[in-house]
Amino acid sequence: MSARRGRSRALLAALAPFLGLLSILALSGLYGHFFKPEATFFSGYRLALIAKQTSIIGIGALGMTAVVAAGGIDLSVGALLALTSVTLAQALAAGWPPLLALCATIAVGVTAGALNGLLVTSLRLVPFIVTLGTMLAYRGLAETIADERKIAASAPEWLAGLLDPPAAGSLQFVPSGVWIIVLLAVLLALLLQRTVFGRHVFAIGSNEPTARLCGVAVELRKIEVYALCGFFMALAGVLEFDNLNGQGSPTSGIGAELNIIAAVVIGGGSLSGGRGSVLGSLVGALMITTLGAGCAFAEISEPVQKIVTGAIIVAAVALDRTRQDRER
Amino acid sequence: MSAPLFRMTRVSKSFGATRALVDISFEVRPGEVRALVGENGAGKSTLLGILAGVHAADSGSMEVDGAPFRPRGPAQARRAGVAMIHQELAIAPDLTIAENISLGTEPAHGGIVDRNVTRQRAQSALARLTSTAIDVDRPAREFSLSTLQLVEIARALSSEARVIVLDEPTSSLGKADAARLYVVLRELASRGLGIVVVTHFLEELAQFADTYTVLRDGKRVAEGSMADVTVDGLVAAMVGRPLDAMFPHVPHTVGEVLLRAEHLCGVRAPDDVTLEIRRGEILGIAGLVGAGRSEFLRCLYGLDPVRSGSVKLSGSLLPRSNPRASIRNAIGFLSEDRKGEGLATRQSIEDNMTLSRLEPYSRWGWLSLGRRRAAVSERLQRMRCKPDDPRAVVATLSGGNQQKVAFARLLHQDADVLLLDEPTRGIDVATKSEMYQAIGELAARGKAIVLASSHFPELLHVCDFIAVFQRGRLCAMRPASEWTEATLLRTASGVGS
Repeated sequence: MSARRGRSRALLAALAPFLGLLSILALSGLYGHFFKPEATFFSGYRLALIAKQTSIIGIGALGMTAVVAAGGIDLSVGALLALTSVTLAQALAAGWPPLLALCATIAVGVTAGALNGLLVTSLRLVPFIVTLGTMLAYRGLAETIADERKIAASAPEWLAGLLDPPAAGSLQFVPSGVWIIVLLAVLLALLLQRTVFGRHVFAIGSNEPTARLCGVAVELRKIEVYALCGFFMALAGVLEFDNLNGQGSPTSGIGAELNIIAAVVIGGGSLSGGRGSVLGSLVGALMITTLGAGCAFAEISEPVQKIVTGAIIVAAVALDRTRQDRER
Repeated sequence: MSAPLFRMTRVSKSFGATRALVDISFEVRPGEVRALVGENGAGKSTLLGILAGVHAADSGSMEVDGAPFRPRGPAQARRAGVAMIHQELAIAPDLTIAENISLGTEPAHGGIVDRNVTRQRAQSALARLTSTAIDVDRPAREFSLSTLQLVEIARALSSEARVIVLDEPTSSLGKADAARLYVVLRELASRGLGIVVVTHFLEELAQFADTYTVLRDGKRVAEGSMADVTVDGLVAAMVGRPLDAMFPHVPHTVGEVLLRAEHLCGVRAPDDVTLEIRRGEILGIAGLVGAGRSEFLRCLYGLDPVRSGSVKLSGSLLPRSNPRASIRNAIGFLSEDRKGEGLATRQSIEDNMTLSRLEPYSRWGWLSLGRRRAAVSERLQRMRCKPDDPRAVVATLSGGNQQKVAFARLLHQDADVLLLDEPTRGIDVATKSEMYQAIGELAARGKAIVLASSHFPELLHVCDFIAVFQRGRLCAMRPASEWTEATLLRTASGVGS
């Protein structure tokens, strides 16, 4: 296969999630046009809602992209979401200064993530099993901290209002939390593509023995990657706190890990490692929430919506599979 | 003479622009053992793929017992009487021997497997192969490789195979087991089966095969009776050039000691090895499978744990090493397992080539991708790698070009000591020759090179000194000119030198 054909095919594959997203949007729009002329799918309100709903899965998908690129997986992200959001709520409720509470939340997320990495590397266990265990443990920890209740706390606007719609007429368009995600996505993409760290991550995910042979500090890098994922989940926890209007709930994010992993996979990440695209993962996250919004708009029931989402995940991976087979 | 059992007529096959096979014809008669030989990349795997129905031929035809044979998968090929036994055995380790033999053809009534028939079938098939009793109710994982090979042959027999095709059957067997396997195959041939063997072990063939076919670059370049050809004749036909041109000689002079292993012990191997490697020297490591050649290099490099002993570089003791420290100390290692360990095949050439040394292109962890691409591109052109686009994914390269990339990584990290484990495995003749030239040039530039190889001619022609390992121990070391293939083999197998 010539390099040029390979590249155009790679470009096509990178575009696939976008095409999927566009077709969902188009279908929803068409449905509205023909069956619901009184409403429009593309209202500012609905788009803002989609952006808001995407933010939590999207930020989780960013962290997961790095983990998946390094050949790992983190099933504890949903529990981490609960753990970090109750940490924030509890710290605020205890009267901590908001900035300190935020730092504590991030510290908890990073520590919990690093612990995942430490367990994976020191016990030499597959990450699936390790994070399955920590998923339960972190959930239990969140419930302990919150005493199995929702914790309400007040926070200043800059911390609690990240998901609030911008003031009418402002040039901000979407909640500030969405802009934070965009910024983080750009930084993560640069980190993965343009730094020694990023190249090491992909090398480990692609072939760990090779990375070891080439002198990459494999264990350290893995711990860093899981800690990075924990960092992103702490930010997701902050957004979740805002999403619940200033509450930390120990039952937040149950099953979120599946949506997050699905977003990464739809976006072109490979669970066998070595591949993952920041932009793709964000589009994948957007696709999942748009699908939800589209189905709700079209009054398709939630069970059917689940079936459709499942089918799309399998189709996305199958598409990717055939592409890889051809590469070989 | 009897009618051929199997006939292949003018079969061709292309993959894209690559003509893997061009007009290949050969026959196998009942009772005949035909050897199919050729360098890596000569088209043997494609040919086997066509026989097994994995690939479809573009043109040409095949016949089994006079009936047209066009399998569309291994199952069909087997039903038509052609059974293939691959290098990596198709054995399910948790199933019993009997279940393995009936795998895919289980005797069943309404979906319920008849265990008694399964057992009897296995026992009768195995009885035709060996007098040793094999408990067919034990799981396959409990048996040795050589026994499992017999199990695969038994599976072929139980499905009434007429032609048995074996791909490198002896590559993981010891000498005694290999000899036993050949006795079994001869015996099967004498009962009217046709046998096709693909192998690299030409010396074995002389005693055991009746006829040979040599493939080179997808073409049949020689054919005849084994009695009329020497091993050297076969090699010349495979290589397609005189041996001198194959091994270019680059003059180089041996200097002071650079690396010294003292009483080096690994977990299983090496076992108390003391050895010096000097600047400008190419030191060969010979030995049979399991002699500890790879393990010695891996211990030196810090990939395998060192149990005791020490390594000195230019006279100063190296602390307990790991690959990172070795790279810092200008020691480079080329893995024998290119796909599994040597290269991250799903990554680009540039990522692979520079992974062990990103420092020239980075500042505070930030990479200058443009400078890196330019440097890699320049190297690719110099070593005539195809394609020479640094962004190309390694998996899309041919074996020879992949090996060039793996080798270039050592040059890129500017290693002074190059530990090369089977550097020419699975690459084409032209690239091999280029590799020898490159190794010679490195020695001329004062690098120290350790070359572990299972291929004796390569060691004899390329190295200055050859050390022979046996069961993890260094048992002899002499200048290459004082060795012959025969003495290497005798020493390596412990018969005495």
